[in-house]
Amino acid sequence: MPVSQETLDEIALSRNEYAAIIDRLGREPEPLELGLFGALWSEHCGYKHTKALLRTLPSSSDRLLVAPGAENAGVVDLGDGLAVCFKIESHNHPSAVEPFEGAATGVGGIIRDIFAMGARPIALLNSLRFGQPDDARTRYLLNGVIGGISSYGNCIGIPDVGGEIFFSNSYKGNPLVNAMCVGLIEGGDVATASAKQPGDLLLLVGADTGRDGIHGASGLASRSFEEQAEMRSAVQVGNPFLEKVLIEACLESLSLPGVVGLQDCGAAGITSAAIEMAERSGMGLKLMIDRVPRREEGMTPYEVMLSESQERMLLAVTPGQEAPVFELFEKWDLYATVIGEFELGENVRIFDNDEQVSSTPVVTLTDAPEYKFTGKKPEWLRGLQNADPSAVPLPSTSPEETLLKILAAPNIASRFPIYRQYDYHVQTNTVVEPGGDAAVLRLKGSKRGIAVSTDCNGRICYLDPEVGTVIAVAEACRNLSVTGAEPVALTDGLNFGNPETSDVQYQLTQSIAGMGRAADAFGIPIVSGNASLYNQSNGTDIFPTPIIGSLGLLEDVEKHATAGFKKEGDLVVLLGSNSTWDDIDGLAGSEYLDLIHDKVIGQPKIDIDLEIRTQAVCREAIENGLVASAHDVSDGGIAISVTEAAVIGHIGVSITEAPADRWDAAMFGESQSRIVISISTDDLEDLQELAEAGEVPMKVIGSVGGDSIDFGSGAVSLTLDAADDAWQNGFSRATAG
Amino acid sequence: MVFREYEFSSNLKLIVAFIGAIKLKFGIVVFPGTWSEKDTHHAVKGVLRQDAEYIWHGDESLDQFDAIVLPGGFSYGDFLRCGAIARFSPVMEAVSSFAYKGGPVIGICNGFQVLCESGLLPGVLMRNDHLEFRCIWTDLKIENDSTMFTSGATAGQTLHIPMSHGEGNYQADEATIELLEGNGQIVFRYADADGNVTPDINPNGSINNIAGIINERGNVMGMMPHPEKASEKLIGGDDGNVIFKSMITNIAGSLA
Repeated sequence: MPVSQETLDEIALSRNEYAAIIDRLGREPEPLELGLFGALWSEHCGYKHTKALLRTLPSSSDRLLVAPGAENAGVVDLGDGLAVCFKIESHNHPSAVEPFEGAATGVGGIIRDIFAMGARPIALLNSLRFGQPDDARTRYLLNGVIGGISSYGNCIGIPDVGGEIFFSNSYKGNPLVNAMCVGLIEGGDVATASAKQPGDLLLLVGADTGRDGIHGASGLASRSFEEQAEMRSAVQVGNPFLEKVLIEACLESLSLPGVVGLQDCGAAGITSAAIEMAERSGMGLKLMIDRVPRREEGMTPYEVMLSESQERMLLAVTPGQEAPVFELFEKWDLYATVIGEFELGENVRIFDNDEQVSSTPVVTLTDAPEYKFTGKKPEWLRGLQNADPSAVPLPSTSPEETLLKILAAPNIASRFPIYRQYDYHVQTNTVVEPGGDAAVLRLKGSKRGIAVSTDCNGRICYLDPEVGTVIAVAEACRNLSVTGAEPVALTDGLNFGNPETSDVQYQLTQSIAGMGRAADAFGIPIVSGNASLYNQSNGTDIFPTPIIGSLGLLEDVEKHATAGFKKEGDLVVLLGSNSTWDDIDGLAGSEYLDLIHDKVIGQPKIDIDLEIRTQAVCREAIENGLVASAHDVSDGGIAISVTEAAVIGHIGVSITEAPADRWDAAMFGESQSRIVISISTDDLEDLQELAEAGEVPMKVIGSVGGDSIDFGSGAVSLTLDAADDAWQNGFSRATAG
Repeated sequence: MVFREYEFSSNLKLIVAFIGAIKLKFGIVVFPGTWSEKDTHHAVKGVLRQDAEYIWHGDESLDQFDAIVLPGGFSYGDFLRCGAIARFSPVMEAVSSFAYKGGPVIGICNGFQVLCESGLLPGVLMRNDHLEFRCIWTDLKIENDSTMFTSGATAGQTLHIPMSHGEGNYQADEATIELLEGNGQIVFRYADADGNVTPDINPNGSINNIAGIINERGNVMGMMPHPEKASEKLIGGDDGNVIFKSMITNIAGSLA
């Protein structure tokens, strides 16, 4: 019987995909099978729109212990017997429907991805996008998301050390909530998400299975928002306490000889977790679905297979060795239940009370179709790129007033009002706290440390997805380099609009090309990734937002730099440019043009080679002990960077040269590859030598001291108190409603 | 184990020289949902070179320990009310009798909440008055430097120690507060870096800026901020060590 359009819509499969299923099976699929296909062929699990593009990304490095794709995430060797894995995951659509639980379970989901690899989660970051906070619904989403992250992360004992938040009406109604987790693996014991041999038992551990989250992957994540009003049941509810216990129990279980595999239950629940495990093991799987402990009576096999109930994991256990596993989970007051058995063959066979309800080849299910893109550069984009920033008039406000306004803007002001709601100290490794460019963590038992950051400017990616993504990679790495850490690996969270449109296909293709170009130039791999498509509201696609998570290594964690100026009399040096002030082209995609003139125009640019050289010199200077402070120049331009360094350091600064006629471009232009550092006068010569050897332009632009922020001997001047008030309180004022 | 009355030394230099040679055994209680046990273990064993062992919430004997720490976290998910379920766990009966015999017990954050729920300390910890979780560095003014937990510090001095909680708003009835104030049972108050105790600096609305209290007998202390998170300069400061060092010195003295 032909399937109804309504059913196909519910699981987000197209007619063509349905035809492909019939073709592969040689028959009509059963309703349960159709549910499995819908989940596994969703973008979230099957990457049907992005797989071909993602294959082009660099994925090799001498530092990789496990290649990306082989497991949930690549594993990066840090030396000293330590390795890390990290990954970003989106929970945009659930957060738009139910912000608190959507964000909380997003955090929970990415944590499971990481400890599934046998890694102890040591850091969380989150990358958020919202509409402008002058809107009541946006504030509801914002407060809900922050509350959810705070509630889940604080309870679970993993420090939340960084991330970003950005406001633009492009994201109104379709917020982006991406969570990143970093895990530490000691002694090279990476867990694998597969069984060893036929006969291995499949155990489900953790929470009972309920009706929550059904169609989360296929439904919510594959739709736009007009359709979502009644999709609340597709959002899961999190229990961080249970997850905390699950982390401890699962990590402990890996030391038992019988435990051979560990896999997280995330999007598409048991369906995705168990079938991917079978695929990775190259075996068939017999699933006894009636054995799954349930929260509710009367659940059908379909509901059990597709439930996205949180805080569940799967274990592969050698038969005969399950008793100690049960004992261990009982100690942690957790259920562990045998729900299946790996077997010879190639089918996943699902049984309900001894009756076989489905038998489908594993690869037929997991080999989602792949779509090739044909998107071409839209005409409207040419218009935006060619718009001349010099045609924008100077603002009616004075330079001081403009500076204060940008300092207090939701995209620039201090994020302290947010991150003070997150525990960033637990585990006692936090050397550089949130609030700077990247967080730095020590690794106990080693001299080494890591730095972590996320970055992506959607406005810049909108104006040029290729260059914008190169810039996102460059900035994510620059954030590390200004702490002294060498970038060693990246992860990506792709957030895009509807991939069935030419514009979004163009954006995706270009963005991934840029990501590959930049990662190649830095010589570092992309170890994991996530794709969230169909992000749009009112029929408009969001800014293309390829969020880059970056991880850097410090050989000696004691030798790190922070953003704030330190000492009266230190010299302020601009690294990466020999001009104090930016030129007019730097305004492309800038915060200034958007905030003051409501314009998103211009052609963003970056010289990736200069960027890499600049970062290298900065790191070397930090390692050699020359640097008192280092802060990158990004959103808001050099005036903001210098002012932030002053406010964070509680000390004034005087920049020698007055900004030129186009003081707006000079002060707030966002040309790339620039870093503001402060050094003791004694170290100037050494720094000049380093810069010269590294072929990086630099310029002494001023000095630290006093209680004002002064450009050109009073030509433009703010008191430190006024700047501090704008920057520290801007966010709370903007979001107060 | 029977403890004799403690004699306190307030000479910090002496204490530091002294504890290098001491090895006490700390018991760190782990409830499901506790997350500060490893941080405490690191501070006590990794930094201060004492013995430390975890105690599972089902354990019922604490005889082998010189001191008990109830660390921070969300015991049993803090369902119902912070610490409300933990107080019924088998280990809490053992902690009560350990304290009854005079054994030193320190409750940190969730541990403080558990001590209050268990009746080992008076009062309650309510939701922060601004209704948000707060993770910040605090400055704690030492109100009483003659306790076994603070003898290494000097009254009036401040300790720079982080806090991390949503429910740290200490409250008790008027008579209890009067009693605590009169007996010197207020050990720490939230203050500015210069030791000024003002309403502005109060991070959670606690009455009289109370951050930590001690029982009348002087062997059970609870505090909301986390001294174990301030154990090394590399992670922002090591002021928290004063508290553990004071315990070590005084316990060792009492055992000698």
